[in-house]
Amino acid sequence: MSDQLQTAMQLLLEPTGLGDHDLTRTINQAMGPKIDYADLYFQHSRRESWSLDEGTVKSGSYSIDQGVGIRAVSGEKTGFAYSDEIILPALTSAADTAKAIARSGNNENVIKIQPQTQALTRLYEPFNPSVSMRDEDKVALLQEIEQTARAIDSRITQVMVSLAGLHDVVMVVRSDGLLAADVRPLVRMNVHVIVEHNGRLEQGSGGGGGRYDYGYFTENNRAHGYAEEAVRQALVSLESREAPAGEMVVVLGPGWPGILLHEAIGHGLEGDFNRKGTSAFSGRIGEKVASELCTVVDDGTIENRRGSLSIDDEGTPGQDTVLIENGILTGYMQDNLNARLMGMAPTGNGRRESYAHLPMPRMTNTYMHAGNHDPGEIIASVDKGLYAVNFGGGQVDITSGKFVFSASEAYMIEKGRVTYPVKGATLIGNGPEVLTRVSMVGNDMALDSGVGVCGKEGQSVPVGVGQPTMRIDRLTVGGVSV
Amino acid sequence: MARSNQIWRPDVQSDIEQSLIGVASSALELAKQQGTNWADVSISQEQGRSVTVRNREVETIEHNRDKNIGVTVYFGHRSGSASSTDFSSEAIRSCINSACNIARFTEEDPFNGLADIEYLATEFPDLDLNRPWPIPVDRMIEVATNCETVAMDSDSRITNTEGATVSSHNGISMLANSHGFFGLSRGSRHSIGCSMIAGAGENMHRDYWYDCKRHADDLIPSDEIGLEAARRTVQRLGARKVKTGEYPVIYDSGVSSSLISHLISAISGSSLYRKASFLLDHKGQRIFPHGTNIYEQPRLPRALGSAVFDNEGVATQPNRIVCDGVLESYLLNSYSARKLGMQTTGNAGGVHNLTLDSTYADDSGASGTLEQMISDMGRGIVVSELIGFGVNTVTGDYSRGAFGFWVENGEIQYPVQEFTIAGNLKEMFKAMAAVGSDVDQRKNIRAGSILIENLTVAGE
Repeated sequence: MSDQLQTAMQLLLEPTGLGDHDLTRTINQAMGPKIDYADLYFQHSRRESWSLDEGTVKSGSYSIDQGVGIRAVSGEKTGFAYSDEIILPALTSAADTAKAIARSGNNENVIKIQPQTQALTRLYEPFNPSVSMRDEDKVALLQEIEQTARAIDSRITQVMVSLAGLHDVVMVVRSDGLLAADVRPLVRMNVHVIVEHNGRLEQGSGGGGGRYDYGYFTENNRAHGYAEEAVRQALVSLESREAPAGEMVVVLGPGWPGILLHEAIGHGLEGDFNRKGTSAFSGRIGEKVASELCTVVDDGTIENRRGSLSIDDEGTPGQDTVLIENGILTGYMQDNLNARLMGMAPTGNGRRESYAHLPMPRMTNTYMHAGNHDPGEIIASVDKGLYAVNFGGGQVDITSGKFVFSASEAYMIEKGRVTYPVKGATLIGNGPEVLTRVSMVGNDMALDSGVGVCGKEGQSVPVGVGQPTMRIDRLTVGGVSV
Repeated sequence: MARSNQIWRPDVQSDIEQSLIGVASSALELAKQQGTNWADVSISQEQGRSVTVRNREVETIEHNRDKNIGVTVYFGHRSGSASSTDFSSEAIRSCINSACNIARFTEEDPFNGLADIEYLATEFPDLDLNRPWPIPVDRMIEVATNCETVAMDSDSRITNTEGATVSSHNGISMLANSHGFFGLSRGSRHSIGCSMIAGAGENMHRDYWYDCKRHADDLIPSDEIGLEAARRTVQRLGARKVKTGEYPVIYDSGVSSSLISHLISAISGSSLYRKASFLLDHKGQRIFPHGTNIYEQPRLPRALGSAVFDNEGVATQPNRIVCDGVLESYLLNSYSARKLGMQTTGNAGGVHNLTLDSTYADDSGASGTLEQMISDMGRGIVVSELIGFGVNTVTGDYSRGAFGFWVENGEIQYPVQEFTIAGNLKEMFKAMAAVGSDVDQRKNIRAGSILIENLTVAGE
């Protein structure tokens, strides 16, 4: 039995006296002649957060959420029920409710559960972040970061700092007999500052995290780096002029601007939309959808990254999936249901917000491989354009392919030089088109600092993005200055 | 049987109400034993079902049953919070302990604490917010199938479907605090929605329509929802780009409430005391044109946003936010009110049925419909969908992606896409030249279509 499975059984089953045989009984209960697939998903999540505002750590919270979700799938039909009580009668009742989808009889082929014995590739340690640092030290850390930020510049009027940790233990029991578990830590820290100068207010933010414990933030003065970054952004904004409006050359910086890939490409390549034929990328595998400089992957196996998964929420090991290779569309991201219906293999992208939500194909860490250009060379190649280095959120309409992402830090490029900062603006484009206009890719591939949250059909999951500096020959910039 | 939706230490309750009161009382008692000065407890329990049909076949049937207890405790003015999905006495004890533990490490903040007693709700009128829908799953499947079939059959340009969903939820929540407040509220929410796809390849579009009501009887019939979903979807076929420039823009009533939601963020207590708002110190100033009125109607019967008390137990009141274009009130909870030296406005947790009046006279010639507004605008853009998050509440800078229609000679000419609209909210509010009477009743923010005189549109 893997360490993760041992931890999960102890936490999820032992307190209520449930054992292996109860899992066997329930998964058999959820199956039937007309059911193709069933699974049980047990989860125990502990989260905490601390926040500092106006110089004092005013509030903190702690929560425990646990339960089990049971799903039965028949063809394209899914029945789903869940319970926040992990006790046998609740399991039995949820299994019956879920399988009612197929009006199915009793299971004749008895499923035997095979506990996962192989150790999973260790992508992260099974930390419980909240106990990795004493509470008084968490408070002291927040105060220290606040003071660091304030000391940088007298124009700072507000500093908000937050610290959050999650200890997520999940266990999957599948109708093919698989019994697997994962212990997923996740930490995040954020610094937000407001500055004022001559009556003008601006803001900036910095932060990061990953599948670590809180030691990550004190290591190499990382948390101080977040404070410096927040202040730097806010001060740059104080100098910003109106952003331009219209089509122009856009150079995206490395790291977090990879949100472009997440919106323009990633969502459109999720298996569910492609099975249903509702994506602008539907039926386009093998076609050229990007310039040959572009290779884009979704990689759930990067150590300690926010989007990484030893196993996904259906028990499939995380993997590195090539989505676009040298400009050619090569693959979709799949969960079990959509992979089966499309005759493809699952790719470790079956994810769910919690036991109370159904899994679906979701991204993990989506990024573009490095190219050959020096970033300075890329900027020097632009006569007039926008250099965007930091972004807020983004969104996409899967069907028409239209996507947006909003720059929060950007500069004008004039005659090959970065000249002055401009205010935030939304960039809009067409997913299947935008990467065909990539004419230069930098050698400076970077992943984001670990702050991404992706929302789809009301479910949020942590994700990562990344990319090298990249030149897009034409993209619409939504500033105010015509 | 008529039953009060909210009760003040009620004499007669159902079993579930009894049990929630029991859980809340014991949590408050435990908090007291831990030496806390004050505590509040909120408990919610919800159940429901959701059925999705796609291509006339059931796609998913989801059964929901959720519960949660959250506690906040105070040692003096230091606070800590904790929550759990487990209502066992052991879990509640551990929840209180976690909250107390956090409160031992947070710092003293003199503005922290429960709502002042004099503002707590003391009467609990029945607003008719709870009407469970006793609909069997098979019937939900029929309704969804009908909705989708009508949509798919209504127009040959419909090429695919994302399905139709029927859902029904109802729940009960209780708020109690150590001032002796016990408030109970029940509510239901039922919806029918449908999403269609028209066209193919590079000219493929999706749109949807839905309705959501407290009472299932008030829902628009499923056929009408299907027809409207299909109509909106095919309307997008052949969308073109827009030439970059400055144009008047109408936000149709499906998206106009977003502008008011930006106002809400900017005048919320937490933005103001942090000095993180483009409307800082604007109380008493004109921020909209003459004739603009925005107010709350928190106790409208059957309305989705209605509530008798806010998240702190404070009695809701019909706040006047904007009167003849002048900002008259901020939106505050107890904490932000104390910070600003003001009184709570009963907005802990948000607004309740915020309403923007039409600027068209009711019974006169001008009807205030979207058609009327388009005709009055002459040339410009109607926006029917917005995407992205390009709104900065600190500076008011605004830049979002949009879909919509090009208007010339007072009539819609063709659909447009892949453009942004940008400006600064402070100027946009002042340039709000007209508000239609075509209010979208499904929302907590009730606004008709809004015309902004001049925005920068970036396209090709």
